[in-house]
Amino acid sequence: MNLGDDLYREIILDNYKSTRNRRALESPAFRQEGVNPSCGDDIELYLKSDGEQITDASFEGVGCSICIASANMLCNAIKGMEVTQAEELVERVKGMLTRNETPEFPDGAEDLEAIQGVAKYPVRIKCALLSWNTLHQLLDEVRSQARSGD
Amino acid sequence: MSTTSAHTRYDLERVRADFPILTRKMRGKPLAYLDNGATSLKPRPVIDAEVSYLRDISANIHRGVYELSEQATVLYDEAREKAKRFIGAPSDGEAVFTKSATEAVNIVAFSWGRKFLKPGDEILTTEVEHHANLIPWQEVARQTGAHLRFVELGPGGIITAASVEAALTERTRIVAITGMSNVTGFMPPVAQISRLAHKRGAIVIVDGAQLVSHHPVNVEELDVDFLVWSGHKMCGPTGVGVLYGRRALLNNMDPLLYGGDMIVRVYRDRAEYKEAPDRFETGTPNISGVIALGAAIEYLEEIGMEAIAEHEEHLLEYALERLAEVDGITLYGPREGRCGGIISFNLGQVHTHDVGSVLDGEGIAVRTGFHCAQPFMRHLGIHGTVRASFYLYNTREDVDRLVTALGRVQEVFG
Repeated sequence: MNLGDDLYREIILDNYKSTRNRRALESPAFRQEGVNPSCGDDIELYLKSDGEQITDASFEGVGCSICIASANMLCNAIKGMEVTQAEELVERVKGMLTRNETPEFPDGAEDLEAIQGVAKYPVRIKCALLSWNTLHQLLDEVRSQARSGD
Repeated sequence: MSTTSAHTRYDLERVRADFPILTRKMRGKPLAYLDNGATSLKPRPVIDAEVSYLRDISANIHRGVYELSEQATVLYDEAREKAKRFIGAPSDGEAVFTKSATEAVNIVAFSWGRKFLKPGDEILTTEVEHHANLIPWQEVARQTGAHLRFVELGPGGIITAASVEAALTERTRIVAITGMSNVTGFMPPVAQISRLAHKRGAIVIVDGAQLVSHHPVNVEELDVDFLVWSGHKMCGPTGVGVLYGRRALLNNMDPLLYGGDMIVRVYRDRAEYKEAPDRFETGTPNISGVIALGAAIEYLEEIGMEAIAEHEEHLLEYALERLAEVDGITLYGPREGRCGGIISFNLGQVHTHDVGSVLDGEGIAVRTGFHCAQPFMRHLGIHGTVRASFYLYNTREDVDRLVTALGRVQEVFG
């Protein structure tokens, strides 16, 4: 096993260093904090929506490269998605990291394959999943607001 | 590989040969175990003692009249005598076996605190404490109406006798302080602090989880009322801790747990309780663990705690010198006063878990994150540190490998 080859693939490092999605969204926006108490990863995820479509996504916070890169990929992937599509994507990422499933990611979300290597490091899986678990909570809110607006 | 060192009084290679795990590889590389602050490796005599009880004795203690039970009881009671001897317990002191140092703090916090603390009384502690010596006090303060007060820290988290004196008041009832920080290795002047506390009529509990494992300790010299420590950080197994206390204090405290083996007489509606240590050891204890802790104590005594502390001191000195060469490194902790073999640092802006993962890839085990000391991290204004902590079997080569691997971290994240 070589860290250079899997855990810290170039795609992860590029996403870690990217600042494009690292910002707060002005209200009104959906906002949810996610924390890993054992390691101190602490992020704030923001979404904007038009009905059930996600129009913008961003995040702020502190975390390791795996956590931050995963959050950045998440924001890139879900912009423009419907809530249902985003929910499917959450399941695929979880399946890849916790159920050893081979991922099939939609166009524009292929970078996510790079975090598959994290599955080999059980204690780091929660780093990669933090933003996805946080997103899962937010999607429920997006849906219920969209429905109450109908 | 040369592991000889002019600074080590014992045969380092022979000691290393006592630890079977040191022949294991991690991520395909020889293991450099630098996470002794979290737990220590276990030498063969300790493993053998634990296995031998399970295989050859297995009986419960303090109960049967048959030979196996008698043997178990003798070994268990001998381990208590070893534990008392190891910390120089006086004749009016007692050692209670617990499941951990954390449980030992909880016994004092709840059995002593809930009985004797009154609203407005003060518990004095520090922001350096491991959560184990903070959260029980937060909770007992909440339940009794006592106030939690903090000693003002100096640069890097230094605690002086003067800073403790300034924080003591006529309402201080107990001082809860670490004997050695698990983050920086800093060792507060416990003996001086105890004298000041006693002058004010307060008692003192010392968290010895790091101190007792790495330094010779004499509770009479330290003049403390309670000292808690942990077996697994000193070559013993997990699941055993020790609560040392003055017998008069222990016997005035209510038990925390109630049940068999802690009673003198039992009636339908009430029971009379034994004195310490049995008062606090209800239920079948971790017999194999206690016996193995006894073996760990003998093992350490044979090598000598002075010699171990000296070995770690030289490693610390060497590591500080080598780490100073690393670009972008920030070291934490006081640069004055006594420090044990622990170094906390950060490398530029790289997250501690990323440093830890790259080191892991090189076969090096370190601790990363908060170290169960969130208030201290907040005091330092950081989100965590990388911590390298030494023990009797570590070598200069372990330090060299750490320094080289930190270069690798910079290659990946630079």
